[in-house]
Amino acid sequence: MTRDAIKDLILEIIEDIDEDADFDTLQANQPLRDQLDLDSMDFLDIVMELRKRHKLQIPEEDYPELASLDSCVNYLEPLLKNA
Amino acid sequence: MDIQNHRIVITGVGLAAPGADNLTSFRKQVLAGTSKITEVDLRYFGKAPAGICSFDETRYRKKKENKRGTRAGCLGVYCANEALVDAGLSIDHYKRARIGVYTGLTEHGTIETENEVYNISQYDYNVDYWTHHHNPRTVLNNPAGEITMNLGITGPHYSIGAACAAGNASLIQGVQMMRLGEVDMALAGGISESTGSFGIFASFKAQGALGTAEDPRQACKPFDMSRNGIVVSEGACIYVLETLENALKRGAKIYAEIVGYAMNSDARDYVLPFSERQTECMQLALDRADMKPEDIDILNTHATGTKQGDIEECKAIRELFSDTKNTYINNTKSIIGHAMGAAGVLELAGNLPAFSDNYVHPTINVTNLDPECEMNNLVLNEAIQLDSVDTILNNSFGMVGINSVIIVKKHS
Repeated sequence: MTRDAIKDLILEIIEDIDEDADFDTLQANQPLRDQLDLDSMDFLDIVMELRKRHKLQIPEEDYPELASLDSCVNYLEPLLKNA
Repeated sequence: MDIQNHRIVITGVGLAAPGADNLTSFRKQVLAGTSKITEVDLRYFGKAPAGICSFDETRYRKKKENKRGTRAGCLGVYCANEALVDAGLSIDHYKRARIGVYTGLTEHGTIETENEVYNISQYDYNVDYWTHHHNPRTVLNNPAGEITMNLGITGPHYSIGAACAAGNASLIQGVQMMRLGEVDMALAGGISESTGSFGIFASFKAQGALGTAEDPRQACKPFDMSRNGIVVSEGACIYVLETLENALKRGAKIYAEIVGYAMNSDARDYVLPFSERQTECMQLALDRADMKPEDIDILNTHATGTKQGDIEECKAIRELFSDTKNTYINNTKSIIGHAMGAAGVLELAGNLPAFSDNYVHPTINVTNLDPECEMNNLVLNEAIQLDSVDTILNNSFGMVGINSVIIVKKHS
């Protein structure tokens, strides 16, 4: 999966969680939580969706890697290289 | 503890029923006797008559929150906000720490659990796919808690589990907590999301107690010879409760004063009701209201359309009201189905406007009255107008032998 495809995947999951989410001014290098109406339960939703869609088991200690869109892509790129 | 004999009044009503999303339209519906019972198609179970609510689910909270929470929470948040609007109350009128939220539930978490088991069945029953939302959605205080989160209420909140007597039980709890001085205002009522659970339908069916008919609007037929069971409905009704003193001080519209209530237990069977205890429950509520049967203008029955249940309640009513000439008897479930934990409070709401329009709404779907259900002044198929309606007695009973009765009086 390309970096752009991973980015789209994350945004698609967030949109499923909150269809009113506004991505227009989203800065990829800033924490998602500061820019969108997301809390810890929503991040667990992202983890669950990645598990359901791509059988990824993300260990709890790696959750901080999902903080921003850029860090999500960096973290997921090697895990989804064959996806 | 300072127990005060406050007079408690209803000053706001928020509701969602199959066919109505506010008290005005609900009253029109029950007076016309218009059933909006439809048919649902449930996973594993198939089709069945059921009552489904249609209301503006995002009027008071975002879609995201509805998705995060439960259907019961969604119904509760809508009704609690509507009740406050109806009462003309800002949430800041009372201290937020002095407001209590009490929700009556027949069951809770059944749908969420069924859905999760189905969800993991798609992943070979691997519980790694079980949602982290399950526990906050299924804790019994969930709907009441969702209301407090939505409104920023920091007073007590919890649910009352009392089977299908739960709506009345919660209203009673609200009155008691106000009299104990625990809270200054209460949002109290009942909620049911049961139509989403195949298990509830399947269980009633297994019990031989699920109502059916070719036309789903005719499936709920209490007192009729052809009745064959319960029609499950979703619904909710939340009341604003205030002390009479505070309500008068702010010039509030007062729907009714809660003047009597009672609860008791059959202590004998899981599902079969028992007329003797029901009679005792009504008598206790009358005693507490310092009333006699002839003081009641409308008696709203619990009858659900099951063979035995209807007969037992009619027997209980005849025991007290057979010599009463001026008590008129009706049944709201025939129009909206059985809204389970919301039944008692929704049915009371369907009758409350009688204090201003003096009508008794009809019981519908009775074409062949069961002789064992005959009662004086049973209002069938058409509403009737009385000279004056000043009191309503509302019955609400439930499984495992729980009975509740509320008596309200017009405030004048």
